[in-house]
Amino acid sequence: MSRKDALRRENIMMKKPVGHRLEIFYRDPGLDTRGQLLRDKLNTLDLETTIDDIRLSEVYTLEGEFSPARLRQAAELLSNPVIHDYLLDQARTQGAADAVLEVGFLPGVTDNVAHTAAETLADAWGEEALSTDKGVYSSTIYYIEAQNLSDSDYHLIGRFLANALIQRLHWKERSAYVADAGMDLVIPRVKLEAHKAVSRVELDLPEVELVALGKGGIIDHYDADGRPVRRGPLALDLESLKTIADYFARVEKRPPTDLELEALAQTWSEHCKHTIFAASLDELNEGLYKTYIKGATTRIRAARGEDDICVSVFVDNSGGIIFDDDYLVTDKVETHNSPSALDPFGGAITGIVGVNRDTVGFGLGAKPIINRYGFCVADPADNAPLYRSPGRLNQALRPRRILDGIVDGVRVGGNCSGIPTTQGFLTFHPGYKGKPLVFVGTVGLLPRKTKAGRLSHEKAAQAGDYVVVLGGRVGLDGIHGATFSSEALSGGSPATAVQIGDPITQKKFSDAIVKEARQLNLYSSITDNGAGGISCSVAEMARECGGCRVELEKVPVKYPGMAPWEIWISESQERMTLAVPPEKWPELEKLMRSRGVEATVIGEFTASGRCRVSYKGESVMDIDLDFLHDGLPDKHLITKERPSAANDVVLPEAADLVVTDLFLKMFKRLNLASHAYVSTQYDFEVQGGTVLKPLLGRNQVDAFATVVQPLPESEKGVSLSQSLYPAISDIDTYAAAAMAIDTAVRNLIAVGTPLKRMALLDNFCWCSSDDPGRLGQLKECVKSCYDTAVVYGTPFISGKDSMYNDFHGFDADDNEVGISVPPTILISSIGVVSRVADVRSFAFVEAGDLIYLLGAYRPADYECGGSEYLALLRDEGLVAETAMGRAPQFSPTTQLPFYQKVEKVVAEAGFRSIYPLAQGGIALAAGKGALAEGLGFDLQVPGGERADLFLFNEHPGRFLVTISPERAPELEKLLAENCCLQLGRVRDDERIVITHNNALTVETTTTELLGAYRSTFAGF
Amino acid sequence: MVQPKVLLLTGYGINCEEETAYAFEACGARPRIVHVNDLIGAPQQLAEYQIFVVPGGFSYGDDTGSGNALANKMRHTLWPELMEFVSADRLVLGICNGFQVLVNLGLLPGSRKNGFGERRAALIANCSARYECRWVNLAAAGSEAVFLRGVDSLFLPVAHGEGRFFAPPGTLAELREERQIALRYVDAEKRPAAGRFPLNPNGSVDDIAAVCAAEGRIFGLMPHPERAFRLNQLPSWPEFSALNSGVSWEAEGPGKIIFANAVDYFS
Repeated sequence: MSRKDALRRENIMMKKPVGHRLEIFYRDPGLDTRGQLLRDKLNTLDLETTIDDIRLSEVYTLEGEFSPARLRQAAELLSNPVIHDYLLDQARTQGAADAVLEVGFLPGVTDNVAHTAAETLADAWGEEALSTDKGVYSSTIYYIEAQNLSDSDYHLIGRFLANALIQRLHWKERSAYVADAGMDLVIPRVKLEAHKAVSRVELDLPEVELVALGKGGIIDHYDADGRPVRRGPLALDLESLKTIADYFARVEKRPPTDLELEALAQTWSEHCKHTIFAASLDELNEGLYKTYIKGATTRIRAARGEDDICVSVFVDNSGGIIFDDDYLVTDKVETHNSPSALDPFGGAITGIVGVNRDTVGFGLGAKPIINRYGFCVADPADNAPLYRSPGRLNQALRPRRILDGIVDGVRVGGNCSGIPTTQGFLTFHPGYKGKPLVFVGTVGLLPRKTKAGRLSHEKAAQAGDYVVVLGGRVGLDGIHGATFSSEALSGGSPATAVQIGDPITQKKFSDAIVKEARQLNLYSSITDNGAGGISCSVAEMARECGGCRVELEKVPVKYPGMAPWEIWISESQERMTLAVPPEKWPELEKLMRSRGVEATVIGEFTASGRCRVSYKGESVMDIDLDFLHDGLPDKHLITKERPSAANDVVLPEAADLVVTDLFLKMFKRLNLASHAYVSTQYDFEVQGGTVLKPLLGRNQVDAFATVVQPLPESEKGVSLSQSLYPAISDIDTYAAAAMAIDTAVRNLIAVGTPLKRMALLDNFCWCSSDDPGRLGQLKECVKSCYDTAVVYGTPFISGKDSMYNDFHGFDADDNEVGISVPPTILISSIGVVSRVADVRSFAFVEAGDLIYLLGAYRPADYECGGSEYLALLRDEGLVAETAMGRAPQFSPTTQLPFYQKVEKVVAEAGFRSIYPLAQGGIALAAGKGALAEGLGFDLQVPGGERADLFLFNEHPGRFLVTISPERAPELEKLLAENCCLQLGRVRDDERIVITHNNALTVETTTTELLGAYRSTFAGF
Repeated sequence: MVQPKVLLLTGYGINCEEETAYAFEACGARPRIVHVNDLIGAPQQLAEYQIFVVPGGFSYGDDTGSGNALANKMRHTLWPELMEFVSADRLVLGICNGFQVLVNLGLLPGSRKNGFGERRAALIANCSARYECRWVNLAAAGSEAVFLRGVDSLFLPVAHGEGRFFAPPGTLAELREERQIALRYVDAEKRPAAGRFPLNPNGSVDDIAAVCAAEGRIFGLMPHPERAFRLNQLPSWPEFSALNSGVSWEAEGPGKIIFANAVDYFS
């Protein structure tokens, strides 16, 4: 938060309030398990005392005067007489506790509960009863019974229960609570000082001043010591600012307005323009994206000819491929890393709800049918504090708190939206401690043609169409989100970049668009408002017709007093922008109103070649559309080789290892243990089509891929998976990408997806991208994407990059600390399965079935670099802490014919179960196969192998399958040239028996293994 | 054959209307999805239907208590029409969030003495204080529920954060006496879940998963029968299919009977 914002907010709190407090609580506190669970959770923190009890109350603060009858009616509407008691403007004296904490939102932060409460009251009393000066606000009171709470306890509890960036905390000890007769009346209304409508920004400045302008933003005012206070990052480099200065001097012959500069900063941001992927780099004149990503897709599509599945790639909010003759499926995976580091819940919910809009904003509006997620965090047990500012100030959230918050955010966003969240993963690595990676994705379904016969993936605003915004209103939340995520996280990160999603507001317009308005042909074009808000969405759509004219004062705002530039670039969520022909507007407006959706005309699309914005009649922006979009100076980037961390590993003597122990420990590793506690919180069944679920077998074992049947009358399915190898990136980014693609592709083959019906999405989350060494790693990685995808014939259809995932701060001793994420390439795969009936899981289903290892069995080839097993050996002190190993080498060209054969067996439903090997190797595949239904197995490690390496190595390109004995000869014949090694058979009991040279090497049971598998996240 | 008309409510975060409509249609009914504001705009249209369904979802995001805000809205705007509907020989079904709405409206469980409108039970936060998406075993509790005719046990998914059925002891005794308890959570051998998680996924008193009223014509349940309409929606499908090749993906699932019973009621 800038100091200015802080001041503005303090003013609000100090206002003498008029209003009423309604407090609702359980009559029988024993029914409210939240308090008990919270007490137990808090007692696991490092408190100096023990909490005996916690009771909760929900508070609604009604601003303004209301009659006693009205207040009683409000209480009855907002509480439930079966379970609740309520108090109006009274203290819960009987409930006074040792310490009382009230947590509410800061002014302007989205308060969904209050929003619903206000709607309920307006339904009962009529809209006019809650006029603009009668807001409703929600808060929660925690009554905490605990003797001798110390200052540090207050601090720990407060940090656990609230996030000071978005919430207000108010503590009272028992005496104060009693003396004051309860908590205080607080009205968190936003009141902004009047702003000058628009200012001019002089760019004829010394370079050092231009650099400061780009980094810190436009000067807002000067503090008491005469130092400039800036508005927040523009993230424009010197060259970009010089280009802007030159354009305004030469073409417009005036300095830019603050709004123009802010708008250019949004449009040109790394976040929006992907400048690093677009720039020429070394010998690649076309840059990384055009050469390797788009290049791969173009080449694959040309080779496929008639069989091309791509319909809309890299041009819209998602990528679209053919599902069947009548439908397309779309897919998009986004990241929301920086906001999630500051407010994990808000960041994650905004992320998932935001990527849903990339579906609704695809073509003329696709229906979201599946959500994906992926969370990369540090060890949740790592409690060593980090600070963003020196002097132990501005503490960063701990990994556990971040994990809990992002899990919650995706839960609320996905579940409330009625979209099944089927596919996801958790990955742990120490490099994610400074900044987590939060991947969120959405798959959509869209008829290929509308009822009017229009191709649904095509759209274009027409000159003369109205510019219409619909959905939520605009506030200060989400200012500088786009420019902020283009910078590394540090003490100066703006808090206004944090916001909270409102899935119900979005659900209302999403349904109205994809279930009604689209079929009625009520608009020419549509896009979502994400980074940069309407400054980006309107300007982007204006390219379709050649111009736009917007009257900013018409944009619906949450509260008065916002400056024009704030309205223009605000990223307040849950908004779409539409181009609506004037004759269609009355029908659209009526439809939206009847669906509880606010829709407003804010201007019109033109063919003027200009982006024109006015505020109350005054021109605040008037520039060439071409310059806005394409004026960004060409960049040329130079890479250099970064020394690899790979080395040779001195392994412990095989005879010294107890393999059964290692086997069980592998199943407890953060990356391999059961993450079912996340899956079961996500509604993976809504919409009724989930055939292969995220948890398999009666023991609910985590799946590697999921299959959804989106149309109940068609037996086709959408298959989804993903893969990433950040630990391999540490030593070899080329191998990391190749292995991620190989695994993501193999996972879909296993669930019945033909290679020809498969597509990929790329997400690069890099670090320190201004460092030529890191760029060198990036270049290797992107080249590998091209090389591997072209061989498999799997096109990229959508992608996103996040280039600055670095943390700069301080440790508990005030030493400077820099933490960068491991260069991370996530490959998501999507495909179309012909017959969902034949989809197999990895569960061992029948005693006597034979277990086979298929593919790439090369006894000498045991590179263990980047493997979970090597990490386990390091953690156990069995290899040197510096042992990194070397990345596995494999050839996609050799794999391809083998995969085509496996694809054939899968299509003939030849396997009883199938598991594509990845992290944890054969051991994990066989163990999970056994765990699913509790059927054990006998398995023989080939003589001459090291048992541990055979079981745990992660060489790519292989499957573990079970097959009925009568089909075995057929399989062996088909795969004779590719290695098809019988390893053992499924038992009729729960014993797991692995032998090596006739000696027992692993002996356990599925019960014991299940205990290990579930233990790591048991308390989560 | 009589094809009963089914009105399925949508809007404000209801999200299971399409798959529920599909289930009714596949059983021979004529479903229509109607936005709550359109029904409020022309409430008399309710009389044209035989079955009224409040599908599952997240109306108003569960804010101010699951089902509470939508129930408030319906009470202000649709009460006379709803009373007329339930007094006729018609069926009302509430699934998950729809069940929560019916309970907040006082349509379930209702009262012998006072009829409908008074809230007498509540569906509150799960004991785990967490959203739970998982499959559960259920046993019919010997009620008159039309929807459960011929049903002994069921295997269905639940997906909710607030599904813990609660009623004061007096109400509970009356529910037992009036045979209004329709489904209970049980284990795979049909023994009572006895409150044990995850068999009883939310901590419901007396393992109650569903209740009914009005001679079994009003029925509300937390589990989702529309998500177990076909056999291939069951979690064991991939394994079942590996061992039983040739079983059609369209084979009937355990949830279908609930919709079929409702349709058969009018034939």
